[in-house]
Amino acid sequence: MPVINVEELTDLDKAKMEVTQLKTEVKLERAKVSKCCEEISEYIQSGADEDPLVKGIPEEKNPFKEKGGCVIC
Amino acid sequence: MACQGLAKGETTNTLKAESESLKAKLEEERAKLHDVELHQVAEKIDALGQFVMKTRRTLKGHGNKVLCMDWCRDKRRIVSSSQDGKVIVWDAYTTNKEHAVTMPCTWVMACAYAPSGCAVACGGLDNKCSVYPLSLDKNENLAAKKKSVAMHTNYLSSCSFTNSDMQILTSSGDGTCALWDVESGQLLQSFHGHSADVLSLDLAPSETGNTFVSGGCDKKANVWDMRSGQNVQSFETHESDINNVKYYPSGDAFATGSDDATCRLYDLRADREVAIYSKDSIIFGASSVDFSLSGRLLFAGYNDYTINVWDVLKGTRVAILFGHENRVSTVRVSPDGTAFCSGSWDNTLRIWA
Repeated sequence: MPVINVEELTDLDKAKMEVTQLKTEVKLERAKVSKCCEEISEYIQSGADEDPLVKGIPEEKNPFKEKGGCVIC
Repeated sequence: MACQGLAKGETTNTLKAESESLKAKLEEERAKLHDVELHQVAEKIDALGQFVMKTRRTLKGHGNKVLCMDWCRDKRRIVSSSQDGKVIVWDAYTTNKEHAVTMPCTWVMACAYAPSGCAVACGGLDNKCSVYPLSLDKNENLAAKKKSVAMHTNYLSSCSFTNSDMQILTSSGDGTCALWDVESGQLLQSFHGHSADVLSLDLAPSETGNTFVSGGCDKKANVWDMRSGQNVQSFETHESDINNVKYYPSGDAFATGSDDATCRLYDLRADREVAIYSKDSIIFGASSVDFSLSGRLLFAGYNDYTINVWDVLKGTRVAILFGHENRVSTVRVSPDGTAFCSGSWDNTLRIWA
């Protein structure tokens, strides 16, 4: 498989690649946005309780809690 | 691949016309399923509480702009790379530097930690991606064991190990992405489809299979099948360069950060953009994005020195984090989601929690 530099392609080559690519994409099977958004929403909600940055964690459990006393830069 | 035979009478103009009509058809197909916006679906969900996130550690040591960083799977080590040509491995808990490598070039734009934690990969203006095994012996010269893996014809913008230390995926200013075998340096697959520099790539979470997403200066985000090299989906809604792409934790969507000052969320099954994270007051480009563990929060670093935290579902900003004294170039959440790290052109990295 050759590694090609995009700058070396002619306009014609690029146009042909684009048309071939678009033909593939048009045929894709798609799902309704409402259904997909519901799924994203459910995924987040099921994981939110375990998400430390969302729920927050007590200082003692936080491995990055402030070091007491002097701060070493 | 570059010089395929042409059907009789095909010219650039006829192909361009065909292209335009296919694009219109694509938009039509996508619009048929566009029945709602993500934030509408999210109306019934509780808003997030007040956020208190602050800098817990500042990692100082680079002599110039920090361009990239990556977490080790052990959740405490970090590798960072800089314009000064240095790649440093840090212990984020103690801020100690554990290893330092001097690259033969400046602008080391990409670095990545190997899944085993035993090596790091990096590259930039040298057009290569090199792997350095990390030695337990602090006195050993890491540069001596360096292995050159990838060769592009322009700068290396991003690199990532796949699920093992054996393969690396790279993206480049030459407009391509490529998959390499680390041991032999052999090119396993190349990915052509972008019409300008590719700036970022991200691998799908392992459960979702063998795909990755890339974004670049052609304003496109492309999803690729790693085995066939095929571009399976393409999204072009940004108005300027896409600087960073990141998969959503479930693998069904991905986010982008762009010079058009917006971040966007694209759903792969709906095959379209489903959310846009922007504000009139944000006019500087977003350089880097990452999700919190559950995907509820999107952290984005901007060229105006700030980090904005977005509620992925509602589309609203929940916090702005100040602290860096120059552009934020990279933002990554730790593997267990307890903190995130930001790197900046102010030569430092910060850990926030």
